[in-house]
Amino acid sequence: MKNLRIMAVCGFGLGSSMILRLKIDEVLKKHGIKAETFCSDVTTAPGEKFDVVFTSKEIKDIFKKVSQPVIVIDNFLSIPEIEEKGLPILKELANQG
Amino acid sequence: MLNTYLTPEMVRLQIDVKDWEAAVRAAGNLLVDAGYVSPNYIEAMINAVHEMGPYMVLAPGLALAHARPEDGVLKMGISLVTLAKPVNFGSEANDPVNLVIAFGGTDHESHLGLLVTLASFLEDESRRKELASVKTYQELDQLIKAQ
Repeated sequence: MKNLRIMAVCGFGLGSSMILRLKIDEVLKKHGIKAETFCSDVTTAPGEKFDVVFTSKEIKDIFKKVSQPVIVIDNFLSIPEIEEKGLPILKELANQG
Repeated sequence: MLNTYLTPEMVRLQIDVKDWEAAVRAAGNLLVDAGYVSPNYIEAMINAVHEMGPYMVLAPGLALAHARPEDGVLKMGISLVTLAKPVNFGSEANDPVNLVIAFGGTDHESHLGLLVTLASFLEDESRRKELASVKTYQELDQLIKAQ
């Protein structure tokens, strides 16, 4: 199984995205998916190396040109929302390669 | 625990504000008055919303206003204001907002623990509703201790 790189993105890469990253970590742990998670900001995020990105509706457009999946989360504190939108993609990516 | 950061002087409950900017200012002023950030940090928080949109409205009713460490953070701290009447930030998913937390972090690593505590305290929607309705610091303190 390849080691997934999951990116959480907000404006500055340190407040909102850190909270989102913590919740993604909880989801990964709960479902036994091994992955590396990290935060980034709007300026550097599109150039980062990642397999899937989680961000907010306001920020998603900076990823228009990337080919990786972009998962838009409305409620950064909601485990169920991250599971619902993210798990199918995470499981698929985790099983590749 | 959260109440080591959210001391009485870092909290204002049920205040009246005319719009989201005033709400962020009120929360930011608590940080300035306590010496956690310089006054320009407040402008940086407001500008961030103008420039990047209301993504800081993390969850229904809850905004986590912040800027970058280099925008004027002197030491790590948070403040909380609750609003008597909710205001709109322009967040399609999470307006209206009645809880505004202003956050000043010094670097990515050191504020992680605080954000972990904050996220676990706030993730439950019913707790956010309770928090928005408390009238006194004592009630807030009890809510924090009951976590």
